[in-house]
Amino acid sequence: MSDNVMFIQGNEAIVHGAIAAGARFFGGYPITPSSEIAEHASMLLPLVDGIFIQMEDEMASLASVEGASAAGLKGFTATSGLGFSIMQEHIGHAIMSEIPCVIVVVQRGGPGTGLATKPAQGDMMQARWGTNGDHSIIALAPSSVEECYELTVKAFYFAEKYRTPVVILSDAAVGKMYEGVTLRKLLPEEIASPRIPDCSPADYRTYRYDPDNIAVLAPMGGKYQVHLCSSVHDEFGHSKGTPQNSNKSVRYLTEKIEKHVDDITITKEYCLEDAEVVLVSFGCSCRSARGAAEMLGEQGVKAGVLQLLTLWPFPKKEIEKVLIQSKLVAVPELNLGQLYNEICRYNIFDTEIISINKVSGELITPTEIVDAIKEVF
Amino acid sequence: MYNYKDYIIEDGLPHIWCSGCGNGIVLNALTRALEEMQIPPEDIVIIAGSGCLSRLISYTNTSTIKMLHGRVLAGATGVKLANPKLKVFCLMGDGDCATIGGNHLIHCARRNIDVTAILCNNFNYGMTGGQYSSTTPMNSITTTSRYGLVYEEGFDICNLVTAAGASYVARATAYDVINLKKYIVEATEKKGFGFVEVLAACTTHYGKNNKMGNSTEMMKKINMMALPVSKSKKMSHEELKGRYLTGKLQDRYDREDYGTLYTRMVEEVKR
Repeated sequence: MSDNVMFIQGNEAIVHGAIAAGARFFGGYPITPSSEIAEHASMLLPLVDGIFIQMEDEMASLASVEGASAAGLKGFTATSGLGFSIMQEHIGHAIMSEIPCVIVVVQRGGPGTGLATKPAQGDMMQARWGTNGDHSIIALAPSSVEECYELTVKAFYFAEKYRTPVVILSDAAVGKMYEGVTLRKLLPEEIASPRIPDCSPADYRTYRYDPDNIAVLAPMGGKYQVHLCSSVHDEFGHSKGTPQNSNKSVRYLTEKIEKHVDDITITKEYCLEDAEVVLVSFGCSCRSARGAAEMLGEQGVKAGVLQLLTLWPFPKKEIEKVLIQSKLVAVPELNLGQLYNEICRYNIFDTEIISINKVSGELITPTEIVDAIKEVF
Repeated sequence: MYNYKDYIIEDGLPHIWCSGCGNGIVLNALTRALEEMQIPPEDIVIIAGSGCLSRLISYTNTSTIKMLHGRVLAGATGVKLANPKLKVFCLMGDGDCATIGGNHLIHCARRNIDVTAILCNNFNYGMTGGQYSSTTPMNSITTTSRYGLVYEEGFDICNLVTAAGASYVARATAYDVINLKKYIVEATEKKGFGFVEVLAACTTHYGKNNKMGNSTEMMKKINMMALPVSKSKKMSHEELKGRYLTGKLQDRYDREDYGTLYTRMVEEVKR
């Protein structure tokens, strides 16, 4: 099989990425603007002997994906803001039980039913802190149809490698947009290796509190006995709520991701080398940021863009680098400053940071970004 | 040959349940049913949610999932479809299965997913201190209906599951452990959604709050509430009030399960 070039939507590219990455289960519930993901999954999965099921709600959707993952199939679901809220309990369940799965969130306006068909980026913090308790999470944000394909492949890889739910934080603009895309044939190392424990069934434990050596989740139905448990548990997976187990497991769940931030971080840089003004952005707003950087360049301002494809765990090093090198950091985003606030936490360098937001359901235009920068720079 | 003990982690015992609780009987009936069917332990997945009965998975020598409260059947759907070779058992209380998970119960029965669901109905939320659930009988005293539950009626959950389309539905009391085991075997061997409701005692909360006596007396009282379905045919509405029909309530042959139908569709599409 060679590379396949197609003219498709971001939402459709996600399904192609999932199948290329080995996903064979989709459980979902329709919601605008994510529904094409379910629609394409229902068409494409049967062709590769995969399973599609439309569940009765978002809780059941993610529960079914977790169940399929426990039985050895890579699974995913897709939703938008409110559906993502409904799923939050299961995201915590999958984090604590350490069940790999991928949740695609095609963001729309909120809160509540908000603006169903319009793009927004208001779920960055919901992705990070939506479920209860201390934890870490992996969230990836595409800004093009090609990135939808590529990041979905990455999402499944990280989900397996770190035995955790991974969120793909897309948005209505990227999800609905059509672009030419190369559905590249993947290299074997881009697909997570099958889950085969490196020990005998007698020695197997479902859990190991070692962030550098995460226990392999053996598929249920083989020789390995698996006990998935979302209550505080021992290494067997039996519910044992001792202070020691709680302390170990909660710290471990954060560390196993935060310790590997360098491995998980994906960024793209545009004209960043000698930039005095750096635009930091993600998703659809990144496209506007690149346009703005070009316009600024034409006007003699040295401007560059840092695109965060990995939003969580937060790429602190890359952020600190631009805070040190630049005179001004501008953060365009379709929310009231969720990324901006996070960047401010790392600004011990007194660099000027401005927040450029829009919550009207419209995209930020490059001109609006340039104007906002010109006001202060 | 597997012995019932092969399905139990003996080191995990004694169990945490109160004396007189029906959950131990459910564990007993389940493991003896597994013995009768001779299912290899590695082919079994037992899924539980939250509540007293969910502790059962700490004692079984099989793969297990502690699911979220109410989502047992939704998780089981994913497990079974991903690996149809697995025998999936869903252990739920009345809060889990019939109340917070009621919607999933309806849809799992409607889709006729080939799993075995066991509802241990003790008429209240035991783990959280004896609040009323959707199966608590009218007029009961519970910790959230101190003046009597005079304003809402409990479910006949077997009727609901039958109406939703399950292939197999049965009800037994925890007193009738021989039949309980038989129904679990039948529900498992039946292709499609197999549902078994167990009427059980919660002596610590429901029994105490409703003055149902000690464990033995309470078990007898629950047994008096039961009525074999064969005897109910000629009884009037008035006579049937407050009685729970026991026995095999549904056993249909005209519906295939989701997995079979889906697999057939895939074969058709790929041809």
